[in-house]
Amino acid sequence: MAVFIFIIFVVFVVGLSIYLGNKAKTSSGYYAAGGQIHWSVNGIAFAGDYLSAASFLGICGLIATVGYDGFLYSIGFLAGWIVALFVVAEPLKKLGKYTFTDAVDANYNSRGIKLAAAISTLVVSVCYLIPQMVGAGVLVEPLLGIPHAWGVIIVGAIVITIVATAGMASTTYVQFLKGGLLLVFSTVLVGAVLLRGLSTAPDQGGTVPFYEYGHIAASRVDGKVQVAEAGAEVLEQVDVKGGLTFVRIAQGERDVWWYAAEADGSVTLKETQSVVAAADGRWINGAPESPENQLRPVGNLEQIRGQKQTTTGALSVFDFLATITAEDTLVRTWKTASFIDGAGDKVTVYYPNDVPGDRIMRPGLKFKVEGTLLERLDFLSLMLALFLGTAALPHILIRYYTVPSPASARKSTIVAIAAIGFFYILTLFMGLGAMVNGAMNPADSNMAAPLLARSFGELLFAFISAIAFATVLGTVSGLIVAASGAVAHDLFDRYLRIKMDDRQKVNAGKISAFVIGGLAIVLGILFKGMNVSFLVGLAFAVAASANLPAIVMLLFWKRTTAQGIAASIIVGIVASIGLIAFSPELFSLYGLNPLDAPVPLSNPGIISIPLSFLTLVVVSLLTPRREAAMG
Amino acid sequence: MLHEPSTPVGKDPAGPYKTRLGVWMFAIYALFYAAFVAINLTAPQTMGLIVFAGMNLATVVGFMLIVGALIEALIYDALCHRKEIELEGRSAPADGPNATKGRS
Repeated sequence: MAVFIFIIFVVFVVGLSIYLGNKAKTSSGYYAAGGQIHWSVNGIAFAGDYLSAASFLGICGLIATVGYDGFLYSIGFLAGWIVALFVVAEPLKKLGKYTFTDAVDANYNSRGIKLAAAISTLVVSVCYLIPQMVGAGVLVEPLLGIPHAWGVIIVGAIVITIVATAGMASTTYVQFLKGGLLLVFSTVLVGAVLLRGLSTAPDQGGTVPFYEYGHIAASRVDGKVQVAEAGAEVLEQVDVKGGLTFVRIAQGERDVWWYAAEADGSVTLKETQSVVAAADGRWINGAPESPENQLRPVGNLEQIRGQKQTTTGALSVFDFLATITAEDTLVRTWKTASFIDGAGDKVTVYYPNDVPGDRIMRPGLKFKVEGTLLERLDFLSLMLALFLGTAALPHILIRYYTVPSPASARKSTIVAIAAIGFFYILTLFMGLGAMVNGAMNPADSNMAAPLLARSFGELLFAFISAIAFATVLGTVSGLIVAASGAVAHDLFDRYLRIKMDDRQKVNAGKISAFVIGGLAIVLGILFKGMNVSFLVGLAFAVAASANLPAIVMLLFWKRTTAQGIAASIIVGIVASIGLIAFSPELFSLYGLNPLDAPVPLSNPGIISIPLSFLTLVVVSLLTPRREAAMG
Repeated sequence: MLHEPSTPVGKDPAGPYKTRLGVWMFAIYALFYAAFVAINLTAPQTMGLIVFAGMNLATVVGFMLIVGALIEALIYDALCHRKEIELEGRSAPADGPNATKGRS
């Protein structure tokens, strides 16, 4: 069923794109949909562009694992639209033609700006493309049962077809369709979550029996964990850095890993789920991996308002949130730890961690707002990048050129804010729903929303998966149009001044789209396993550092010079990418110790954004003022 | 090469007013957002206080930041629209048809 609906959806999207291909005979048609898209359609298409894999898969997954901290992304992403609406929308529409470069270069006609802005568009688009492609692979793997790499290749091929056939017109209508469907089906999903209510033993509507995880009383003598219970024997003990202890216990035919939770001087062993990568294959929960023996879905409430083994029945919107927020509600979340066992095999353990509801529903589980000064600075840096990043994303900026007037640009932004804001409110319910409905895959938070849908039946799962896939398709199409515009229009036509007629310009765009699509496929495969939301957060930081100072200052500071703009864009890119490359998160990815990272911050915005502004001001003051060029 | 916008844009007499208004409304929202971030950094425990219908300050302020963005956007649009109509009436021939195109 899921596959059938998925294929119908994809065929429809590609068919629509080919039908609309007729509209893309001119470069204005290809890059800006002829500038004749109605503002209401464009507004929903904005939502379609913006609600990427990061929003739908990443944010829901983060909320499902770290609670309110995931919702901070929703707040920051939406707040960014305020900058877009109040500061950028109308002036940019007046300045530009097809691309971000056109807008910043409109009053200067400078080759330096053209080159810097084109590079920036390419870099930001590619940074944003990687998580989308990774998301596509993650999604297709369980849906079609094919490997990650094939998922990425399929997305790449479909997107290249869409972009190469019609450019911005088809991208807009695909985004409109997808944005609309995403809102409708997310609302249906949230309605289903509220109707089902909360339970301490969620069984996915009676389809998947709730698994009760065991616990055993234990003690610790001279550092060694000892179990008094008959028939349970400790075979091995591993102390992982950070103070975690895991023990392997023989129970019947299976050896299972348990987590030694210590509180108030007593030790309780809690049953975990484990994956052991042994020489003879993967072992899951003490038995060889098979279609029947996979990681069990997780996530439930251990206690609802002080009551164990209870259900609430249908809840209102407020009651749902209030029940989870209550301090005597206990949420079972799952954490991950990895170590090498006595046999030399790599063990990944997913262990339960019960957190009071009031702790889940305020910031601090992921972003250490109560931590050290540096940890708090990191939080500030992320919130700054999210706020300032939206108005600097090239694939969002070019959407302003598809509407007929500045007033339409403004109105489509307002429609976008309404649609995106509504969706972001829904993410809190979808994320919390996934957290407590026994549907989460403990190994991959990105699938939280589709798996929550699956707990309500295959039909809803099929629709949500197809829409999530279309989400990736649409966003990737928009990014590739933006990036191909940077290459064909900004670099070839305007920077290198290669003479092309209108038809050649469209062809140059399509060839660029093909090459960039190919590059995206390769990167999507290489970056498998990286966190989707984390990567998007970084793309926002790069966009805010490289592009925003240029946009804001050219609109509001008359002394801004072409050299100042070009320098700030380049400094913004180099500083943000450089800080990311030497950050603790990336050191972990390289397989190095994150403590050795020379840059202590994971989010670069707090340094790179002011640095880019400062560069623009200093270079502008040092270079001669010039009267604005016309045309 | 002539490098005009993707669609011709007429003169916009309301432009300076809209820019000024936009900056003010941006400043109001930015203050609200900054206050939210500042409370998180300086008094994170405050975010856990139950303030409305069993929901805590973090949830309520989070929703307010989202809904507030939409309300501000609608106010901004209404004020811009009113000014555009007012000034258009005075200089209609110079504006041409594009100034009103696409508007509801």
